[in-house]
Amino acid sequence: MVRYSLQSGWARLPGRICSRSCKTRLELYEITYPIGIPLTTPPGTCAVGVKGKDIVVLGCEKRSAMKLQDTRITPSKICLVDTHVSLAFAGLNADARILVDKARLEAQSHKLTVEDPVSIEYITKYVAGVQQKYTQSGGVRPFGISTLIVGFDPNDKTPRLYQTEPSGIYSAWKANAIGRSSKTVREFLERNHKADMDREETIKLTVKSLLEVVQTGAKNIEISVMAPGKPMEILPVEDIEKYVESINTEKQEEAATRRGGRTPGTGTAAILTRPADDGPSAS
Amino acid sequence: MEVLLGITGKDYTIIAASKAAMRGATILKASDDKTRALNKHSLMAFSGEAGDTVQFAEYIQANIQLYSMRNDTNLGPGAVASFVRGELAKALRSRKPYTVNLMLGGWDPITEKPSLYWADYLASLAKLPYAAHGYAQYYCLSILDKHHHPDIDFEQGMKILRMCTDELKRRLPIDFKGVFVKVVTKDGIREIKYEDDMPVKSA
Repeated sequence: MVRYSLQSGWARLPGRICSRSCKTRLELYEITYPIGIPLTTPPGTCAVGVKGKDIVVLGCEKRSAMKLQDTRITPSKICLVDTHVSLAFAGLNADARILVDKARLEAQSHKLTVEDPVSIEYITKYVAGVQQKYTQSGGVRPFGISTLIVGFDPNDKTPRLYQTEPSGIYSAWKANAIGRSSKTVREFLERNHKADMDREETIKLTVKSLLEVVQTGAKNIEISVMAPGKPMEILPVEDIEKYVESINTEKQEEAATRRGGRTPGTGTAAILTRPADDGPSAS
Repeated sequence: MEVLLGITGKDYTIIAASKAAMRGATILKASDDKTRALNKHSLMAFSGEAGDTVQFAEYIQANIQLYSMRNDTNLGPGAVASFVRGELAKALRSRKPYTVNLMLGGWDPITEKPSLYWADYLASLAKLPYAAHGYAQYYCLSILDKHHHPDIDFEQGMKILRMCTDELKRRLPIDFKGVFVKVVTKDGIREIKYEDDMPVKSA
């Protein structure tokens, strides 16, 4: 609940973890806890953020669901912090829940005290601040998550994209990836990112970069789109499928031309396909 | 002499709140908005002790919005009213209670029905078809008793509201500077342009 002044109080873990020999916290956690959480790269599925001209897109790799799992109501890795700020994370889901809740509380609390909604930089700084605190306070362990925070400042049309890390570092990006094989994706983005991309290009680049590491295609990808002054939009699976398909055909064509000639059977689809709205030619 | 009025109809709830911000016998402002939108389908109008009103309303607003963010759903009007009553009751039993009177207009997207809740600073809550706060009660309830019907359309609702504000202008000893009118429907909350300048002849 939003209160007039926020009090911090976190659950204490049993026992002292402070050792007299002054080792770094990082080492301490790895020694003291069986699940040592390094302060650098957290585990967990991949998340991508890409900025376009007047849009910002978040993409997530969804863990493939078990047969009996109800995917419809399983929580997503992209969440809203406020109507104009969304956050994607990679790492420990349970930790993220707590961190996102703190961010949401701060967003409302900020609005209550100063009337204006939070700016993206402010909320990023806050999230990073919380993460930093948990590397330095006694009896707590750090948050095992990296986050991508995106959105638009109130009354502003510039897209924003920030990243935070478990250590409390935060940084601004044009496009970035976190989580499993984020290096591959980031390198892909470095090669393919252009300035001032439109909506379609931005979404396509996001999907394409995720396809570098997601094998199973559209059903394991989640895309959310933010535009200034509009609520967050989660793309339906069918739309993502369309992007995946067009990317795949593009790739095939590219492969065919690179080979110098078309090998029988591979390029035919590209020739026969005609846009649906292409009317009969005048005779 | 603050005026709060609420009227429900077939598929809407109208909330009207006076524009005058008063301190003692002085009018400080003639365009004071005594309403806050809590979520897409809930609007709260408030009157009472100067500082308490806005403080309480914004505190409620922040918490209702926090609920929406956390749970990905909006609280329905009934739930909002219960929460507000709870907070008022808690404040009432504290060292410094809020002296705030409230009117909650809402539209329930599940039952597809409009609703109006009346609450006062003693944390009593009532769901009503039409309501008024303060001195407005003396002048308007009889008009509403006579003319209100649960399934009146929007135009009729506005007509009854006009009768009420005219009567208030005629009989209230202090000018309340007209009213802000807002309506909650299935499409959300919108402000209605309301003509205040027409003179009303006293009886």
